[in-house]
Amino acid sequence: MESVHTSAATTHTTPAPAPFSLRRKLKARPELLLIPGVFVAVVVIWEAIIRYFEIPIYIMPAPSNIALSLMNTSYWDNALYTLGEAMSGFLLAAVFGIVLGGLIAQFPLAEKTLYPYLIAIQTTPKVAVAPLFIMWFGFGMTSKVIIAATIAFFPILVNVISGLRSTDPARLELMRSLRATRWQIFTMVRLPGALPMIFAGLNIAIIFSILGAIVGEFLGSRKGLGNAIMQMNVNLDTAGVFATLFVLSAIGVCLHVLMGILQRKALFWADSSKIPTV
Amino acid sequence: MPAMSIVRDTSFSQEASTHLNQPKADAAGAAATAAIVVEALEKTYATHDGGKVQALGPISVTVPQGGFMTIVGPSGCGKSTLLKLLSGLIPRSAGSIKVNGEEVHEPHRDIGMVFQSPVLLPWKTAIDNVLLPAKVLGLDMAASRVRAQELLEMVGLADFAGRYPSELSGGMQQRVAIARSLIHDPSILMMDEPFGALDAMTREVMNLELLRIWRKAGKTILFVTHSIPEAIFLGTHVMVLSNRPGRIVDLVTVDLPAERGLDIMSTDAFGVFSKRIRSQFNTQGFI
Repeated sequence: MESVHTSAATTHTTPAPAPFSLRRKLKARPELLLIPGVFVAVVVIWEAIIRYFEIPIYIMPAPSNIALSLMNTSYWDNALYTLGEAMSGFLLAAVFGIVLGGLIAQFPLAEKTLYPYLIAIQTTPKVAVAPLFIMWFGFGMTSKVIIAATIAFFPILVNVISGLRSTDPARLELMRSLRATRWQIFTMVRLPGALPMIFAGLNIAIIFSILGAIVGEFLGSRKGLGNAIMQMNVNLDTAGVFATLFVLSAIGVCLHVLMGILQRKALFWADSSKIPTV
Repeated sequence: MPAMSIVRDTSFSQEASTHLNQPKADAAGAAATAAIVVEALEKTYATHDGGKVQALGPISVTVPQGGFMTIVGPSGCGKSTLLKLLSGLIPRSAGSIKVNGEEVHEPHRDIGMVFQSPVLLPWKTAIDNVLLPAKVLGLDMAASRVRAQELLEMVGLADFAGRYPSELSGGMQQRVAIARSLIHDPSILMMDEPFGALDAMTREVMNLELLRIWRKAGKTILFVTHSIPEAIFLGTHVMVLSNRPGRIVDLVTVDLPAERGLDIMSTDAFGVFSKRIRSQFNTQGFI
């Protein structure tokens, strides 16, 4: 009897609403602790190995050397230069990709005709064309912008087309029952419905545009992070190369996060599990 | 209730129904009060090997202004096809369809559609979804917004105007779809198993709601269902279709009071209708 009584009593006591606590948050999202944890672990082990085996700095720098290089050298100029090339290329690719993709998706015959060529161009490594662009557009920014745009263009185009083509037939039927014009169907139903796919393409493209800019700088340039890597490599400044890589990956992560924020803002309505991720 | 004399209550064969709708005087008399006049309507599909398959018809029927005609039949009989033909969404193979006296060749402005699924745009709020037809048809948006709010009120969603579809239950979404179908004030509403995906309880509530909306808005409604009780409960007329190719095997006038509660389903009169339609299903061999 006694035990029955107590159990009834315990079920009736409702737990007080828990105040916000860091401990609770970390329990719910342990990765908040694990992500920096992995970084610290890797840095410590890396540093230890370099020191223990006395590996020369020009072969493999320790994290402390890289940190020093990051502090002593200014990467801002080169980073902004490369970022400028990449973003110009990305915007160019986005505009052309969305406009051309929109046009192609509107006309099935155009899609059928162009599709084999798109596949052919898509499967060609664009990097292989880069030397041509250097020859045509010189060592300045233009050639890098064009290389970045070329590489970023196709993932956008392909995703715009498949996004626009995959419109829910029920929505099209609804619009047809209202006698909507082609343009109304495009702007009210097709385009918004394609945004999750388009954003997936933009996500890939923005990272590809950095790749394009760097490749362009490798081939011939006077400035930029790609140019810096080449120079440091020649000077056996391995710590500098690593520091540049660190800057590049930081830029990449920032862009990825930025796109994520933009995507969540634009696609607040989409089931996030259905948004294709890179 | 408008006059319903033009719709025949007798069970009749397809030949008889075609014949009965043929006389000129009848058609002329119907033009004044009929919302939809269908004559010898057929739909055939071409097969892969070049042949033809009869999917529907010939069907002849007249739907009176303000009537609530439910269409019931076995699955695959062409109920949805019939509705799409009548709404002008798909082209017919033969026959004629007149909506408010006008021959239908393309979707008609005076028809509101409600589909099997709500088909709401997930990036628009409930009220903006209701406003979609107004936007497409280029109606005055300020006036339409007021009307949309009224319609949401009518379907019991006044407080949900600013919510997105993902925040609404299936029943609520379908109610938004009903409000959307009414925004441009069409005189005819065509509904294709709109409550098919809902659970039994919600479905009954929605049926009551729909009857209330029908009485209030005074629309002509065509309603496809595969449930015999739903067909009788909602309709002033029940069209019973045969197996593919769908033809009218019975046209029942349901002379139950327009003000109906769910309790009517347990009355004798309801049972008689139910038995009559069910017996049609039995003789056709689809049960």
